[in-house]
Amino acid sequence: MEVNEDRKARINRLKWHCRRALLELDLVFDRFWERHEHDLDAQGEAALESLLELEDHDLWALVSGREVTDDSQQATMIQRLREVSPIANFE
Amino acid sequence: MNLNYTVRKFDAVIVGAGGAGLRAAIQLSEAGYRTAVLTKVFPTRSHTVAAQGGVAASLGNSEEDNWHWHMYDTIKGSDWLGDQDAVEFMCRKANEVVVELEHYGMPFDRLDNGKIYQRPFGGHMSNFGEKPVRRSCAAADRTGHAMLHAMYQRNVKVNTQFFVEWQALDLVRDAEGDVLGVTAMDMETGEIVVFHAKATIFATGGSGRIYYSSTNAFINTGDGLGMAARAGIPLEDMEFWQFHPTGVAGAGVLITEGVRGEGGILRNSAGERFMERYAPNAKDLASRDVVSRAMTTEINEGRGCGPNKDFVLLDITHLPPETIMKRLPGIHEIGIQFAGVDCLKEPLPVVPTCHYQMGGIPTNYLGQVVVPKDGNQSAPVQGFYAAGECACASVHGANRLGTNSLLDLLVFGKSAGETAVSELKSNVKAHKPLPQDSIDRTLARVNRLNHQKDGADVHQTRLAMQRTMQKHAGVFRFKDMLVEGVQRIDEIAGQVAQTQIKDKSQVFNTARIEALELDNLIEVAKATIVSANARTESRGAHVRDDATDTPETPDGRDDKNWLKHTLWYREGNRLDYKPVQMKPMSVDTIELKKRAY
Ligand SMILES: Cc1cc2nc3c(=O)[nH]c(=O)nc-3n(C[C@H](O)[C@H](O)[C@H](O)COP(=O)(O)OP(=O)(O)OC[C@H]3O[C@@H](n4cnc5c(N)ncnc54)[C@H](O)[C@@H]3O)c2cc1C
Repeated sequence: MEVNEDRKARINRLKWHCRRALLELDLVFDRFWERHEHDLDAQGEAALESLLELEDHDLWALVSGREVTDDSQQATMIQRLREVSPIANFE
Repeated sequence: MNLNYTVRKFDAVIVGAGGAGLRAAIQLSEAGYRTAVLTKVFPTRSHTVAAQGGVAASLGNSEEDNWHWHMYDTIKGSDWLGDQDAVEFMCRKANEVVVELEHYGMPFDRLDNGKIYQRPFGGHMSNFGEKPVRRSCAAADRTGHAMLHAMYQRNVKVNTQFFVEWQALDLVRDAEGDVLGVTAMDMETGEIVVFHAKATIFATGGSGRIYYSSTNAFINTGDGLGMAARAGIPLEDMEFWQFHPTGVAGAGVLITEGVRGEGGILRNSAGERFMERYAPNAKDLASRDVVSRAMTTEINEGRGCGPNKDFVLLDITHLPPETIMKRLPGIHEIGIQFAGVDCLKEPLPVVPTCHYQMGGIPTNYLGQVVVPKDGNQSAPVQGFYAAGECACASVHGANRLGTNSLLDLLVFGKSAGETAVSELKSNVKAHKPLPQDSIDRTLARVNRLNHQKDGADVHQTRLAMQRTMQKHAGVFRFKDMLVEGVQRIDEIAGQVAQTQIKDKSQVFNTARIEALELDNLIEVAKATIVSANARTESRGAHVRDDATDTPETPDGRDDKNWLKHTLWYREGNRLDYKPVQMKPMSVDTIELKKRAY
């Protein structure tokens, strides 16, 4: 029970930190939570948390693929964020 | 369950840490007053970050310019609904606030000679409307962001106390009508605190989320307007909303005017370049309102695209891919992410999208909130100030010029702070006692939400409101639709009063936060549709199908009957009006003319 309560609080906090200044990011995170609220593991949480520390323009540069990150955990999370877009496999 | 609360005392409390709130806070903290700034998100994640175009100031760094020309452009842009004293004040103060910002460390783009670089922007002209002038000061494509950073650092230096991730809930107003602070909730713990202050400044930003299609981030829920309305303060000129012609259909993400500047073409379902019919000269580059209305007409007359025929296409497939990737960075990605379209090969689906709120909490140019009282049309409410997009000074009148809103928040943020400082110095020495009934109203509202059974779903109710606003009070307005819309929004307001949340947890309960935000959005929606329904002319961004073009009412603008500000009161969904201030501070009135470009 306590573990669940903790997770819920952590997820809720992350969700609020996904409220951004740029609509682009709001929309991506909205879709992300719809799909992944229940399958986000501890590693994913940590990667997301570190990305949410970034400035909005820098974060959007990563999500939109204009920039790349060297951090492999972050890169995996960025990939998941990119995959929630309407055409996932666009090259 | 009974709700508890604690009280914290400050000299000043500012709600909002975007451009306007941060600018006001500098003034108070520098003067040595204990100042609390409350914000739902970290200051540099406020929506001001989204502003890229720049901030207007007639510095004249690249070519001749002066505040008289800027003032003329602003009043013309406002379709003469802007108060001329406030417009003069803003345009005269522009250089000062921009140079101050430079001193706070804002990294403006520069000319070779070291002066601030300036670029042209729609509606800003030299010599009283003759030709475009370079008036916008920018910091690459991150103007708003750089601005917030510079001002946040300054605030840290002067010891402003930030309450980050706090949601202000209601104004505290006593029986005499004086404002004594706000009630607020700490999102982290769910704790309720009364911020007891001698001066309260609202800088809560816009409310663009009342519409289904909006360029605004989710955070723009009009909290300041909702709080003011519930406390009996009227909202001014809420029928005036600026729509940007090209938001991605279904998402709202803004596609910059630069795309049409580079040769992008708007097409209807038949593939026709329809702007040739509406604006034979400027075509796709006609002004925002003209393009938005043309698009709406195409859609309304059945020439829209897609299964529901509810958008038009922005076509750049004829442009060389190199040009698109080089000159319009980001557009390709936006197409892919939000429309599922590769714009190099297919056109982008676009619709006119809500962008900016011209109306708001009524203020004068000193940043004081003003209401009609005892025969005075603009009597200051003791202890209450507002600035930025949530306020209506009114400088934008019926239509805002691009880059004037960043200027607005600097000038009136500073002005509100300055006025509060001088009031604190000379008049307001002590905290007035807190009125219990005012605090109880907040507690009752939160209690109601916590215990509501068989109520309405927040998400569904918000969506119903947004769709209704889009359909009934969008870019082009029709009498019957407005009448029906008023009724429909009223019904939805009934559901908002009974929203229910399943999650009852305390830590970052986003369901509760969103339900409380919806309480604010619905007040803005009511104000907008009731005000729009009543104003039977067309002016600036408010365009009605039934306002006819006659010699007395050119383009449907009826100065004889409608050269006045709307005031909407929550109580009784009632309207009142007040005259436009046609007299500037020091120069001659800019006389009424037809607004033509
Ligand atoms: C995409 C886009 C581009 C734009 N580009 C330009 C441009 O180039 N030039 C220009 O002049 N204008 C531009 N604008 C308009 C301009 O950005 C805004 O009008 C302006 O930034 C609003 O600033 P503000 O300080 O009033 O509010 P915001 O920056 O929106 O800040 C509001 C603050 O209030 C806080 N807040 C709100 N409610 C509460 C509450 N209940 N409790 C606690 N805190 C609360 C928020 O957390 C935030 O800190 C643009 C707008 C958009 C959408």
